[in-house]
Amino acid sequence: MTPLWFTLASFGISLVAGLLGSLLGFGGGIIVVPALTLLLHIDFRYAAGAAIISVIATSSGAAAAYVREHMTNLRVAMVLEIATTTGAISGAYVAGVVSQRWLYIIFGIVLGYSAVMMFRKRESHASEDAPRDRIADRLGLHDSYYDEAEGRTITYRVTHTPIGFGLMYVAGVVSGLLGIGSGSLKVPAMDLAMRLPIKVSTATSNFMIGVTAAASAGVYFARGDIDPFIVAPVATGVLLGATVGSRLLSKIHSSTIRAMFVVVLLFISVQMIYRGVRWK
Amino acid sequence: MEVKKPNVHPQMRKVELLISTVLRGGVVISLLFVVGGTILSFTHHPGYLRSPEVLSHLTHPDSAVLPRTPRDIIAGLRQWQGQSVIVLGLLILVATPVARVAISILAFVIQRDRMFTIITSIVLGLLILSFVLGKIEG
Repeated sequence: MTPLWFTLASFGISLVAGLLGSLLGFGGGIIVVPALTLLLHIDFRYAAGAAIISVIATSSGAAAAYVREHMTNLRVAMVLEIATTTGAISGAYVAGVVSQRWLYIIFGIVLGYSAVMMFRKRESHASEDAPRDRIADRLGLHDSYYDEAEGRTITYRVTHTPIGFGLMYVAGVVSGLLGIGSGSLKVPAMDLAMRLPIKVSTATSNFMIGVTAAASAGVYFARGDIDPFIVAPVATGVLLGATVGSRLLSKIHSSTIRAMFVVVLLFISVQMIYRGVRWK
Repeated sequence: MEVKKPNVHPQMRKVELLISTVLRGGVVISLLFVVGGTILSFTHHPGYLRSPEVLSHLTHPDSAVLPRTPRDIIAGLRQWQGQSVIVLGLLILVATPVARVAISILAFVIQRDRMFTIITSIVLGLLILSFVLGKIEG
């Protein structure tokens, strides 16, 4: 393969990663890493470096539109970012102590479980009857968004803020430990525990993952894991894919987004368990 | 067009538009540098279009020469090196989410929303802490 073909191939793959990532609230690393390592035979270190840039690119590319459309719940995002960044910092510290192998396996099982729960929730609708949460009342987290697919404004109430906060801390620890964006954990936490509508969950997760990833990107640069030749087509593809994806979210039915998310979650779950089992 | 927006507090709406503009600006500027740098690399090295050996040279940890320190990057920029232009674009991309946290603090201060000024300041503080800790570790 010539460098030109490599650039075009990784650009095309990243376009898809950005599109899916922007719709489902994760960073696209879950597509970029296996594609670069298995298909294009890139060293895992460089693939992980490309993934962290991919997370930031998806986040900023999509969030610019979601924030403007009022799909992202900014106040929820700001509150939960305290938990994710604290988690990411503590994760980097316990990295030496915990066995990464078991972490991959546990993480895989948790994701599989979330996938099942999110699949079962598909019938129930969000959530004007959510139990009252004084913290959410006090912080003014309840909100509404305009859903183009349904052609109406959907009002929702946020609940169980402390549980959501705790789960976000765990998601942050996992990001810090495994060097992944962990949007796959953030979306179920907001959807299942805090009862945000699925589109608001993916848009808000999208908004948050950029900050968590930016916090660890410095380390990747310093270690020399960011190869500009590999990362350039990835960043470009992901940014364009995320920009297109962010125009679609409001038009796609929530049930379709939920179904897509469950499928991708199962795929990630299998990938993580496989990584853990094959760990040397 | 009918009114599409649900009733958003007008001051919160201002914060949203500001954040969205910061994100879009960061994305467009970094994209210009990354794409420009890629084009520069390809025009400087005609071998990129034909030679498979060049690819393995560019993408293997043993042989790839990466601009890492600010000094490398500035030296590379002076010579119009594609790689350094790309790295500059990537740095702008990484700085964008941090900039939007900083700017939202400002927005909450202007709105006199004390609770969210504090919350966002804590997030920025934690981000800076993680950069400092990362520097020590890296």
